[in-house]
Amino acid sequence: MIVNNQEIEAKEDSTLLQAASAMGIVIPTLCFHEALGPHGSCRVCLVEIVNGARPGLVASCTYPVEEGLVVETNNTKVLKTRRIMVELLLARCPDSTKIRGLANDLGIAEPRFDKENESCILCGLCVRVCREIGINSVGFIQRGTNREVTTPFQKPSEVCLGCQACAFLCPTGAIKFEDVAEERKVEKWKTSIKLQRCSSCSRPFFPEPLQLYLKEKELLVPENIGLCEVCRRKSLGSRLASILSRKSTV
Amino acid sequence: MQRIYNLQDLDDLRAEIKKRPQGKAITIAVCNGTGCQAYGCGKVTQAFMDEVTKHGLDVEIKPTGCHGFCQSGPITVIHPDGIFYQRIKPEDVGEIISETIMRNRIIQRLLYEDPLTLEKITYEKDVPFYKKQMRIIFGNNGFINPRNIDDYIAIGGYSAISKVLKEMEPEEVIGEIKNSGLRGRGGAGFPTGVKWEVCRNAEEDQKYLICNSDEGDPGAYMDRSLLEGNPHSVIEGMLIGAYTIGAPKGFIYVRHEYPLAVKNISFAISQASEYGLLGKDILGPSFSFDIEIIRGAGAFICGEETSLIASIEGGRGEPRPRPPYPAQKGLWGKPTNINNVETWANIPLIIDRGADWYTQMGTEKSKGTKIFSLVGKINNTGLIEVPMGISLREVIYEIGGGIPGGKKFKAIQTGGPSGGCIPAAMLDLPIDYEGLTAAGSIMGSGGLVVMDEDTCMVDVAKYFLKFTVDESCGLCTPCREGIKQMLHLLTRITEGKGKEGDIELLEELCQAIKDASLCGLGGTAPNPVLSTLRYFPEEYQAHIKDKRCPAKVCRPLIRYQIDAEKCVICGLCIESCPEGAIASEAGESPTINLDKCIKCGICLDTCPSEAIIVQ
Repeated sequence: MIVNNQEIEAKEDSTLLQAASAMGIVIPTLCFHEALGPHGSCRVCLVEIVNGARPGLVASCTYPVEEGLVVETNNTKVLKTRRIMVELLLARCPDSTKIRGLANDLGIAEPRFDKENESCILCGLCVRVCREIGINSVGFIQRGTNREVTTPFQKPSEVCLGCQACAFLCPTGAIKFEDVAEERKVEKWKTSIKLQRCSSCSRPFFPEPLQLYLKEKELLVPENIGLCEVCRRKSLGSRLASILSRKSTV
Repeated sequence: MQRIYNLQDLDDLRAEIKKRPQGKAITIAVCNGTGCQAYGCGKVTQAFMDEVTKHGLDVEIKPTGCHGFCQSGPITVIHPDGIFYQRIKPEDVGEIISETIMRNRIIQRLLYEDPLTLEKITYEKDVPFYKKQMRIIFGNNGFINPRNIDDYIAIGGYSAISKVLKEMEPEEVIGEIKNSGLRGRGGAGFPTGVKWEVCRNAEEDQKYLICNSDEGDPGAYMDRSLLEGNPHSVIEGMLIGAYTIGAPKGFIYVRHEYPLAVKNISFAISQASEYGLLGKDILGPSFSFDIEIIRGAGAFICGEETSLIASIEGGRGEPRPRPPYPAQKGLWGKPTNINNVETWANIPLIIDRGADWYTQMGTEKSKGTKIFSLVGKINNTGLIEVPMGISLREVIYEIGGGIPGGKKFKAIQTGGPSGGCIPAAMLDLPIDYEGLTAAGSIMGSGGLVVMDEDTCMVDVAKYFLKFTVDESCGLCTPCREGIKQMLHLLTRITEGKGKEGDIELLEELCQAIKDASLCGLGGTAPNPVLSTLRYFPEEYQAHIKDKRCPAKVCRPLIRYQIDAEKCVICGLCIESCPEGAIASEAGESPTINLDKCIKCGICLDTCPSEAIIVQ
């Protein structure tokens, strides 16, 4: 393939985005995460295929590499269209730091379109990561301008683990979890998850369903079950201390 | 019903059907398409049956699918002569039987009158609406009771699949379809033979066929009428595709809001299965094929092939990126060939009569015929089938009978919400894939919406954008956010709040949405705006600069006034105004309070002396 006038070899079954990244070419992305399958929804990672049967702009995160493809990732057309994509998202979420930053990089100060006051750009990272974990507590509802991410029937989720993976991946900070007393609350999903108390200090610290999930998947170290982070450190410290003191007596 | 085991059985059955006594001397075909049903053809059909029984006549009453001339429904054609009666009411039926059937007299009152010549027309073939058409696919609707497979067999149905099984290798079928030049009738116009070949060559055991009947363009109903009126032609087309591609299973994805189409195609599938024309060992031991009906919930996006596939799989109707194409990885990841209803219905004809016959119709790159639904400001609305390459002028003035009310033709919108508006100056444009695309529109699935001088083109563009905003799946940014912002801009312009630079911004958005969208819905959604900007820039300018709507459609830009000289001071407008915005001093002609006026137009319709002026 030729990418930005440079001949390259790409791994079969990889995408244009992966091939470009391997060459050190930076293509901005929003809805892409290397741990999740591509979605192709934000259209920020557009590049142009300039030869072949179907030339035109494509999302580099979904387009598979192909022998002989000539690709440009930064030409005028790509930049112009990418700018409009970001400008549209900025109009949707004018308060998002991430989108503002991206817009700044592309030379957009203010969107020329009607502004809204949304925080979610519908990139679907939260939906996909929850699906990947096997929980599927949120999904898309409605279509077009009414599209949104929510829980089934917009009721408090019965399956949410409170793991916060969605919040961690959300590029715009639209999902916020908060631990209040014995509950982990997430307003966006209208859901509260009971926190388990630490077996040592009895402080509420860990979502119960997450504990069960991790146990089932055998992802927990047995001696750490039930202990909050501080108590875990304390227990590690006292074990270390006893080992060290045993050593010193020898 | 007796099962048909082999090709000979089918030939024998056909010969037997043709000899049957119910092949009566006179057949009265009563259109039972959805349009005529709305006009009450059910009661008309029943009245015919009752009358025939009452008089003990040797006449067959045949409820058929849509004949196309929906404007004149309910329609009846009396064969063999082809006497054409229109707008029949149940009360007329007795007279038709006693006069026309028993005494051979024509009832003048029920004949179609040519609005141009005022001449009464007796025979279907002489009706101008039909004269210029070439109804190779749709014409059969008038001879078939869609609930009776024997009717289809009688006119040569299932002989194409016989021919294929008897003497053609799959490669030969593909060669024939390629030579015919058939292109997808769903809109994009991809060569059907090439599509079949890619799917046939895909190395997988399991393959699928899909018939795309998710017809969603406002005002378009040709696929619906084909499924309703001649479902076996679609089944036979799919059988040929199944044999050629090597797919044991097919799906017909049809809208749930097409109840008659769902009923008739279900009926057809069960009758074909009883005859052994679907299922295991079709016409011999080596070929099996099944068809399942999937009812769609009516989302426009599901007409897009990858969304349709997602919907069949049980997911949200949302597109996925291509490549891989469905022919490589489609339904459940297996190679899938997906064609539109009309494309499938073309297949048996091409196989039966040959590619050489087929290529005589149409233009260099667009062969055969195309069914269009002709609607809007036109005298003859209905479904028409015309050879590719026919001019818009012929369609509008010869088949369509021109514009009603002596108004001027302004533009024609082709291809539904994804298409564009073609202006009067281009009336001689030949209708084919290339011609329409070059004109900034598309063939689409075949909607033709005619507009007269009273149409505001900015308003039209806004109307179609509203549709795509509603129907966008919302997955990708350009389609979801971009079309919405375009609609905001257009709404502002039609409210007189447009400003310098709006047109440039619209154009920039259009281009970005076209280039960046994930699927064809977004990719074509800007067409109505782009084409109206291209052909009617002065209308946009009038809205933006002069704050004026030349067609007097956009309410914020018009004003109602009363012409005191024409006013007869009858007071009707005062009474009819829902807002109490019209008042008069004693004995004077009334005036309209513009602050109260909501521009509903009721006074305009009420005024007996045309004294209400719109400015």
